[in-house]
Amino acid sequence: MSTEQMYATFYVEDIFFGVNALMVQEVLRSQPMTPVPLAPPEVTGLINLRGQIVTALDMRRRLHLPDRDASKPPTNVVVYTDDGPVSLLVDEIGDVLVLNGDDMESLPETVDRVQRDLVVGVHKLDRQLMLVIDLDKTVRPTLVG
Amino acid sequence: MEDMDEVVQEFLVESRENLDRLDREFVELENDPTSRPLLASIFRTIHTIKGTAGFLGFDKLQSVTHVGENLLSLLRDGSLGVTSDRTSTLLRMVDAIRAMLDLISDHGTDGDEPYLELIEELTEHCQGAGKRGSAYAEAAAPVVPVVEALADHEPAVVPVNAHPVPVAEPAPVVPAPVAEATPVVPVAEPTLMAPRADADHPKANEHPGEQVRSGGGDTSIRVDVKLLDQLMNLVGELVLARNQILQFSGQQEDPALAATSQQLNLITTELQEGVMKTRMQPIGSVWSKFPRVVRDLAVSCGKKVRIEMEGEETELDRTILEAIKDPLTHVVRNSVDHGIEEPQRRLEAGKPAEGTLRLRAYHDGGQVVIEISDDGGGVNCDKVRRKAIDRGIITQQQAAKMTEREVAHLIFEPGFSTAEKVSNISGRGVGMDVVKTNVEKIGGSVDVQSVQGRGMTLTVKIPLTLAIIPALIVSVDGHRYAIPQVNLVELIRVERTETSRGIEFVGDAPVFRLRGRLLPIVWLAEILGLPSHRETAAQNVVVIQADDRQFGLVVDRISDTEEIVVKPLGPHFKGIEAFAGTTIMGDGTVALILDVLGIARQGALVSEERHRRGTEEEEVHERRDRDSQTVLVCMAAGQRVAIPLALVSRLEEFPRNMIEKAAGKEVVQYRGRLLQLVSLASFLGLYADHGYSDGHERALQVLVYNENDRTFGLVVDEIVDVMDADFSAVEHSDRPGVPFSAVIGRRVTDLVDVDTLIRSTIDGPMAMSSF
Repeated sequence: MSTEQMYATFYVEDIFFGVNALMVQEVLRSQPMTPVPLAPPEVTGLINLRGQIVTALDMRRRLHLPDRDASKPPTNVVVYTDDGPVSLLVDEIGDVLVLNGDDMESLPETVDRVQRDLVVGVHKLDRQLMLVIDLDKTVRPTLVG
Repeated sequence: MEDMDEVVQEFLVESRENLDRLDREFVELENDPTSRPLLASIFRTIHTIKGTAGFLGFDKLQSVTHVGENLLSLLRDGSLGVTSDRTSTLLRMVDAIRAMLDLISDHGTDGDEPYLELIEELTEHCQGAGKRGSAYAEAAAPVVPVVEALADHEPAVVPVNAHPVPVAEPAPVVPAPVAEATPVVPVAEPTLMAPRADADHPKANEHPGEQVRSGGGDTSIRVDVKLLDQLMNLVGELVLARNQILQFSGQQEDPALAATSQQLNLITTELQEGVMKTRMQPIGSVWSKFPRVVRDLAVSCGKKVRIEMEGEETELDRTILEAIKDPLTHVVRNSVDHGIEEPQRRLEAGKPAEGTLRLRAYHDGGQVVIEISDDGGGVNCDKVRRKAIDRGIITQQQAAKMTEREVAHLIFEPGFSTAEKVSNISGRGVGMDVVKTNVEKIGGSVDVQSVQGRGMTLTVKIPLTLAIIPALIVSVDGHRYAIPQVNLVELIRVERTETSRGIEFVGDAPVFRLRGRLLPIVWLAEILGLPSHRETAAQNVVVIQADDRQFGLVVDRISDTEEIVVKPLGPHFKGIEAFAGTTIMGDGTVALILDVLGIARQGALVSEERHRRGTEEEEVHERRDRDSQTVLVCMAAGQRVAIPLALVSRLEEFPRNMIEKAAGKEVVQYRGRLLQLVSLASFLGLYADHGYSDGHERALQVLVYNENDRTFGLVVDEIVDVMDADFSAVEHSDRPGVPFSAVIGRRVTDLVDVDTLIRSTIDGPMAMSSF
């Protein structure tokens, strides 16, 4: 018996990520952003999503990757969380893939600690690997200094 | 199964409401132990819970309520008297029921705790009645034989009426004896009706009646709070959309659009008010807990306290009610624990043995005022002073200068507690300061009035609602921020000009002289860690009230005030003190709402408040010591004279033709009264006439001087200026009315002794030369 799982996929600095598609509310192009002074570095700011205020987290910062080129606007992947929607800023959005959940393997120990923390496992696709994001951990607030 | 859940849910909601009422009723009962209506009502509540619990299969709950019911029935019948002991046990039963209800709502079962001790205690109380003892001993068994209840002529499983269909379910709980007595359950009804008829109360509407009450002719319905919150959110959105439309229609010249948007404006405002009203709850819903709290506490402290309430129906937004619940409880506990004295001491002080705690709530200009007063010992000023000095909150000198009121306010300082012995109720140093912070967090304020030996009153003022507030929009570094209007004092533009020194520095601390007082200055950009522009010549300063303190917040731009919808900040921003929330502006962008208290804390303004207030006072004293004063310099018959500015209430000009005579004195009609005119020149023995010779057409320059309800107009030739006079080097004079002369504004000036002047005016006919 196979457990089919739908993944919404995206790229962050050429790394291919997948997240449970059922947890994705919507995908939006770059939105006007209000920065929040004093906020943790991965918080890019707040966006007005049809009257709802949504916190935007930069996945590059969250994964401790170098900042994105300012000329390339990020894409918003808005996901459901217990505290309302949160937007993940990614470089580029990919297709929705249906994969067998049982095929997921755990990440090798050698992967960077932060990235390993936020990833539950890896899917071996024909052309590349897809890292499955642990959404809960990713949107969990880091402590404000 | 879903239906079942709903029934359980309804049972929980209803039972909790009833239990809240029970607490109150029990306390009332202690004051009036023979009140049959009260006992009957309590009995009915417990009976209802027992019945439904049995029907839903919550055995533990049923067995506890059953014994409780037995005891209550004895009390109601008068076979047993109400004692404090019995009430305490029954109250513990209420707590147990509450605990079980919580378990049911969390886990769906009434738990494993059998409450044997409680049951035993309740049974023992019952046995006090004598002959029935044996029957009640059996009742301690976890599953209650319903037939027993029947034998005691109390209707047991009444809910049968209300829910005829699922009756099959609880059947296994019902033990055999019932089946013997009444083989088919519905048949039980007539059997149940019979004892009801001879009961002392109209019980016909006892249980089924409650079902009818909620659905029947009543005009109110139960609505889920979540739905109301959602509605409120939607109205918030609507307000924002309205703001956008208004902004847009203002730019267009389309009369139809203007009319429609005006209509939209009106409807939105009304809708907003309406929805806001649905979220209002009477403050009584929080207060209803207090009689029980006070009773328990009073018993444990060996005190007697009566609680009085006024204005329970005063309504407040739910969220605010939630926020003040704990602070209020704390204040009430504090009053009983520390405020009200032991009966013996009260009698010695000539007060009734029973203390009174009064709760009062009322609306006052868009705010709700809650007063909590007791007739206890009040704040012991000496003790508070000593303690505050011990704790290093104030210095000895400051303590000596503080008024009683200021001393009373010390109880709000962090780390302050006057309780000599630390009780488990209060006195752990986390007390009134927490109350104060919590109230201030929701935009309220706390004040205390205390009369030593007579009691104290704590006044809490809170806004009606938090959801939509007026706010001032400012910008810094290209982004907009909202400052809640309640925190605003004034807006000023600070420029370095010839007359103003602009922003100055005391050490590193920037300050601005605002009407003779030093106003600490904070750059918003610096607080927010943004690039700041301290060197700009002109600054926009928003004067803000935070705590008891004012400070000036420098911003780049000040825009308009707007009604904003407050939205909470997400969990990623916890720990950032500077923001209270977010909002969406008319153009759809998100703006942050500033938390002025947080900003003041970050700017290290409030924490030093005590210190600064101290130095400020010292400054005033020092100034007085140096005999420095602000004076009004004017000319009288060619002579430069000075009058302390503090004595002059107004400066006026009167045309000469206004002068009239009354009782031989020259007067003018001034603000509906007669103002007696006194010539300063003639008072000083100077010849006034030539001073006036060419000035008959000129209006009179008059200083209005106010003292003890008497008002005089001092006539002078010319008002020169307001100056700071330094009286360290003075020349004493022997002229009457002029104690000394001083150099003011580089010229010799006579200081007028106005007191002597006034006295001589009252005592004798003053030389009233014609003007």
